[in-house]
Amino acid sequence: MKIAVTKFLGTNCDLDVCHAVKLAGGEPELVFFTQENLDSYKGAVIPGGFSYGDYLRAGAISARTPIIKGLKKMVEEGKPVLGICNGAQIGLEAGFSKGTLTNNLNAKFICKWVYIRVENNKTPFTQYYKKGEVLKIPIAHAEGRFYADDETLDYMYKNNMIVFKYCDETGEVTEEANPNGSIDNIAGVCNENQNCVLLMPHPERASEKILGSDDGLKMFKGMIDYAKRI
Amino acid sequence: MYKATVIIKLKKGVLNPEGRTIQRALNFLGFNNVKEVQTYKMIDIIMEGENEEKVKEEVEEMCKKLLANPVIHDYEIKVEKIE
Repeated sequence: MKIAVTKFLGTNCDLDVCHAVKLAGGEPELVFFTQENLDSYKGAVIPGGFSYGDYLRAGAISARTPIIKGLKKMVEEGKPVLGICNGAQIGLEAGFSKGTLTNNLNAKFICKWVYIRVENNKTPFTQYYKKGEVLKIPIAHAEGRFYADDETLDYMYKNNMIVFKYCDETGEVTEEANPNGSIDNIAGVCNENQNCVLLMPHPERASEKILGSDDGLKMFKGMIDYAKRI
Repeated sequence: MYKATVIIKLKKGVLNPEGRTIQRALNFLGFNNVKEVQTYKMIDIIMEGENEEKVKEEVEEMCKKLLANPVIHDYEIKVEKIE
């Protein structure tokens, strides 16, 4: 069960992601951004970091490198593709879902534990969660404010493309629980086919109890089990 | 040779936290008449081309493919001939 873990210049969460994929029973393999063909992999994770120093816009440069062609093909073929933090920014820049991620409302880098609520448990990554389940997972980003215009947002709700929302400990979606000013507290989205999930929080940093939470591990387990079936 | 200048700004209605933070700092300094601050990104591109129109077309393509994010950005392009 080989899973591609992409590496751009400035990716720094790749080894953490590899560890989480292994914990979930997968076989991670680091793949450099120059590789275009990803046919031998059953799924892919785009880890976080600061690819290309966030030059121009976070994820903008990475989204124009050769590996994007292979990732796009995977998304189109229905293979599970997960973008985390900078990986989510790259995925949205590459057009894998809709909307964009831009500067936090308080104009600061935010690094802290947050709670997110599962809005859609029909994706490979969220299949082992209950709808409405609250997960404790950390965030670490400066450009994580999700934005889409009203028409796009409407389309995304109609097509079940909203996967996670920031909430409080009890699962209430409140303004106080919104760390970065994301529209409707949105923390994670997916494509129409539901096989590509892009989220700002870091599930790999919440994949073992010793880290403070293992709420994120099921995302990788869901991914691996889904990949086995395709 | 031509110099194309691209000015990338946020679309109307998209919040600009950087501009808002600068505005607040100016207010702290006593410039209480400052009501809004917008920040832009400006990119100069030195390039070869047949004529100003062709250069502009090409830079427009660059904006669509990389320089601007159509979800949140508007952009302006100015082209001038240089030595």
